[in-house]
Amino acid sequence: MMSGLEMGRVLDNHPVTRDWFVMDIAAPATAQKCQPGQFLHIRPIPTYDPLLRRPLSIYDVLSASGIISLLYRVAGRGTSLLAKAEPEDNIDIMGPLGRGFTIPMENESIILVGGGVGVAPLMYLARVSLERRCRVKLLLGAANATQLGAAKRFERVGAQVKTASLDGSAGRHGLVTDLLEEENPSDYSRIYTCGPVPMMARVSAWAKTHDMWGEVSLEEHMACGVGACLGCACQLNALQPGYAKVCKDGPVFNIDAVELSPDQGGKEKCLE
Amino acid sequence: MNKNKNLITPDLSVDLGGIKMKNPVAVASGTFGYGREYEDYMDIAAIGAVIVKGTTLEPRIGNPPPRIIETPAGMLNAIGLENPGIDVFLDQHLPYLRNKGVTVIANLAGNSIEDYAAVTAKLKGHQGIAGIELNISCPNVKKGGLQFGTDPLMVKQVVQAVKKETSLPVMPKLSPNVTNIVEIAWAAREGGADALSMINTLMGMAIDIDRRRPVLANIFGGLSGPAIKPVALRMIYQVRREMDIPILGGGGIMNARDALEFIMAGASAVSVGTGNFVNPRAALDIARGIQEYLVEQEINKISEVVGAAILR
Repeated sequence: MMSGLEMGRVLDNHPVTRDWFVMDIAAPATAQKCQPGQFLHIRPIPTYDPLLRRPLSIYDVLSASGIISLLYRVAGRGTSLLAKAEPEDNIDIMGPLGRGFTIPMENESIILVGGGVGVAPLMYLARVSLERRCRVKLLLGAANATQLGAAKRFERVGAQVKTASLDGSAGRHGLVTDLLEEENPSDYSRIYTCGPVPMMARVSAWAKTHDMWGEVSLEEHMACGVGACLGCACQLNALQPGYAKVCKDGPVFNIDAVELSPDQGGKEKCLE
Repeated sequence: MNKNKNLITPDLSVDLGGIKMKNPVAVASGTFGYGREYEDYMDIAAIGAVIVKGTTLEPRIGNPPPRIIETPAGMLNAIGLENPGIDVFLDQHLPYLRNKGVTVIANLAGNSIEDYAAVTAKLKGHQGIAGIELNISCPNVKKGGLQFGTDPLMVKQVVQAVKKETSLPVMPKLSPNVTNIVEIAWAAREGGADALSMINTLMGMAIDIDRRRPVLANIFGGLSGPAIKPVALRMIYQVRREMDIPILGGGGIMNARDALEFIMAGASAVSVGTGNFVNPRAALDIARGIQEYLVEQEINKISEVVGAAILR
């Protein structure tokens, strides 16, 4: 589906944790076209410093109302500026961009594994899948109870949720992958994951061990967002020469195409 | 208000050393892929010229990531000339652009004089290419990796070698990473350059203080964006003051005012690069802005303001 440019209108922009924000944007033309797992390329400021657009995962879409929600972490100059946006402000949107998640068939049973703010693109996938009468389970791992608050939105649309926190302030004390180990792989036809690379590496290993179909959402610094500049190159696995473009070939890739290393950085799903 | 203002329909067309452009705004190589990446956003045939991704004789996989990083009012890139090779360009991308009626400038690169000649020779018999931009910011492997664009003799030789293989206009893209840009421009002209493209990126770097390492896997990258605009303007001005050669000027152009600065510094046409990432329709918006300026100023032809700011 065609992407485009739209001047959206900020409806709401508020912190949900110390450094995570949810922004609701009225952007009816863009909202019609969004698929789960795609991203919007957002200009943080109309002047030229910071210069580039920021790729932000689509968190949720209410297509009938033309509203797109973003869940983002304030990590640098661009997202700090976005955090200052107020209702009625204009916001320069390009998108939706990228290859999103494969939507399950009707009545499938799927499992989503989110780590930190990487949970963002899984929300709209949960909504769309539940509309298809799928059974959706979310395993969410985060630093603390406040961050786990993101789970409520999943519960409201009918997803079953299990949580883990690193500080033990809510849910299981530990890693989200500990929860995954307790799951019965035969209960699910598909697994989807987004979060820190070491977490996704463990999720991928689990899926591959159980021969489960799955998709991962990757991130990389981007400039153009449309596959023109080749700036967001990513080596998918050691066997395959050359690089994939995270913006155009991804950000969602099949688990079998990607070899993730548990040692690879602890970067969360969010560009500054 | 002058009552005649509405009567002026300025002529925006440009002859850039034999490259016929419908308006003076091109999109820069490496920022616009092969054009089709942006077809959702505009009629790409309305752009003055699409300078396609730098292409080499053989495919290249490019540099490992990270390849880009944002910097104050700009960005660094070290893509490493990732491209599918000239044959794929000619077979898969050029026919699409030709059918769309796009004004195409091929951007060619190599690591030896022979590479440049061979990749140029491949264009023979292919319709739909308006001209050639030569990327001379590549290392010459036969000269210990010294960049072609930093040595006047090599610049002259590479332009001569390419001119021998084609009847198309040839426009080397000059590197700003030199001590004397005018000397390089003279060498390009002596080699037979029909026009000059100015400027390529300025070499720079960024450091990650947490990891105590360079940010880019390639260590160094090319700086682009508004941060380099004053440098680009200065170099174009210096060259155009010394010689009468058409220049395609670029370096951080974001809007029509920026573009007019380049034209008044001596550029016959301009190229938008990094600006495309911020506004995919920048080239068309800028062309319209230039037209509005000409109407406002009652100027009939864009060529009347080329070099207007040069003090003789």
